[in-house]
Amino acid sequence: MAALGSTAPNNLLTTQGLSRNFGGLQAVSNVNFDLPEGQVRALIGPNGAGKTTFVGMLCGRISASAGRVAFLGEDVTLLPAHKRISRGMAYTFQITSIFGRLSLRENVALAVRRRLAGHPDQVQGEVESALSRVGLLDRADQIADDLSYGHQRLLEIAMGLGQKPRLLILDEPTQGLADSEIADFKNLIRSMAGQTTILLIEHNMDVVMEMADFITVLNFGEILAEGSPEQIHANADVQAAYLGTG
Amino acid sequence: MSDIRKSLVLHGGLIALLLLLGFVLPAYHHGNLARVMVLAVYAMGYNVLFGYTGLLSLGHAMFFAAGMYGMGLTIQHLGFSAEAALLSGVVAAFLLSTVVGLLALRTTGVAFMIVTLMFAQTGYLVVLYFGEWTRGDEGFVIQKASRVIAGIDVSDPANRYLTALALFAVCLWIILKLVQAPFGKVLIAIRENEDRARMLGYDIFRHKLVAVIVSGTISGTAGAFYGLLFGYAGASFATVQYSIFPLLWVLLGGAGTVTGPLVGALFMFYLIDITSGLTSAYMLFAGVALVLLTLFARQGLVGEIRRRFAPWLP
Ligand SMILES: Nc1ncnc2c1ncn2[C@@H]1O[C@H](COP(=O)(O)OP(=O)(O)OP(=O)(O)O)[C@@H](O)[C@H]1O
Ligand SMILES: [Mg+2]
Repeated sequence: MAALGSTAPNNLLTTQGLSRNFGGLQAVSNVNFDLPEGQVRALIGPNGAGKTTFVGMLCGRISASAGRVAFLGEDVTLLPAHKRISRGMAYTFQITSIFGRLSLRENVALAVRRRLAGHPDQVQGEVESALSRVGLLDRADQIADDLSYGHQRLLEIAMGLGQKPRLLILDEPTQGLADSEIADFKNLIRSMAGQTTILLIEHNMDVVMEMADFITVLNFGEILAEGSPEQIHANADVQAAYLGTG
Repeated sequence: MSDIRKSLVLHGGLIALLLLLGFVLPAYHHGNLARVMVLAVYAMGYNVLFGYTGLLSLGHAMFFAAGMYGMGLTIQHLGFSAEAALLSGVVAAFLLSTVVGLLALRTTGVAFMIVTLMFAQTGYLVVLYFGEWTRGDEGFVIQKASRVIAGIDVSDPANRYLTALALFAVCLWIILKLVQAPFGKVLIAIRENEDRARMLGYDIFRHKLVAVIVSGTISGTAGAFYGLLFGYAGASFATVQYSIFPLLWVLLGGAGTVTGPLVGALFMFYLIDITSGLTSAYMLFAGVALVLLTLFARQGLVGEIRRRFAPWLP
């Protein structure tokens, strides 16, 4: 599509008319979305708003019923997930998805190795750096299943870091984290800000208001509002649909 | 000791032990062990797919048989030398596993089991259909004169044992390298959590396809050697029963362990050997062994050792 090819060059990711229905249910409808490079973008909305479905279509886990996705200026709508990932996306699952019977080290190594295929000597160093950034380095040789739920979430984030993505998609990363872990998580996001573009689905409003440069609100599969944290905070529609109900 | 070194000592030691046994075992057990080593190679191939990649095939007999007939028919009807015949057996298994992989991997889970079962059943019927050449169930004997590899007469028990051991050692080495390489680790990742592996950017289909090809080719190589070393090719090796055997051996020995297939094949071979001397209902003992295993050593014999004592075992 010509319009997609000519997106502003500073947009890392763009969607046009992106839609998905499950049987009769319109989970995502006609979403036009632009994500500039380097931004920390929060994607919020009530339960069932279509957030997970939307990002699933970005990274290729879920196929789109209609519409287009462009990444790094190229149309990736028809690419399978692994090809999108290898072009620089990383995705962490809302429902923790790790290699439970493998060590933390091997979990992260799997994330690192694909990128460093020609440089096996660099793998261990990068694995340890990713683990240390989420505070799990001292547990590197434990089996992932033995970790607490919160630590498993952090492990999954470390797997995202290990991929050194251009775009990191985090689906409710702070769910199940203790307050101190949330504080560490915020620092982690800050440390990446500017280098990595982050798309963050998040229910914790403190995290959203503090971390996001820009917010997109999804409701019933459609974009309800977009704006800075202040604008979203003040938006009456958003309050009615979402914040007010909290 | 590093894990790599431990693994080297263990597997090197195993080969040395098998070599030693080749000189000291009485004839009966000597012959059995030669057979078990080739069957273990069959199971090692199966294990690449089932144990490491997590794909359960019910049709591996077709690969074993493809190797066996690729070898046997070319000797019998085309006058190939043993070397050329072995190669044609390996190539036959390679081609078959490529085609079966491309088709069967469109399915997953139970459908994959069924599809592989159907392919193998078709293979069996093909062997029967071309009975004029394959001699069907009755099979055919590979003449002693043809059973000479590089000047070595493999119908001689001592040579046969050493050839079986060499085959086993080479396959053991290949599989060790495979599972310790990044590629093998991706197979394990696919077994553990396919969705996560995909979302780390790995091409799941390509990895599974290579796993089917490696698995089928190793199993077929075992079939080719089995036919040549023991001088016989027959349709019974293409039956469902021969697809179930490697599954049982691998389950008994430990799925996803390098030495499990040998341990499982050896255990089952002697279990049947001993109990069939006592009763005609000897398969009952195999069944009981499996039930005990699922109750007390769910991960198989070697798998259980790994879980309890040696987490470094590849
Ligand atoms: N595979 C599926 N099959 C059928 N319906 C689905 C499927 N996945 C999602 N849905 C439905 O689509 C809608 C959007 O779901 P989605 O998971 O995208 O919402 P969400 O915004 O991520 O919600 P939450 O905040 O609870 O995670 C929901 O009504 C959900 O029930
Ligand atoms: Mg969701």
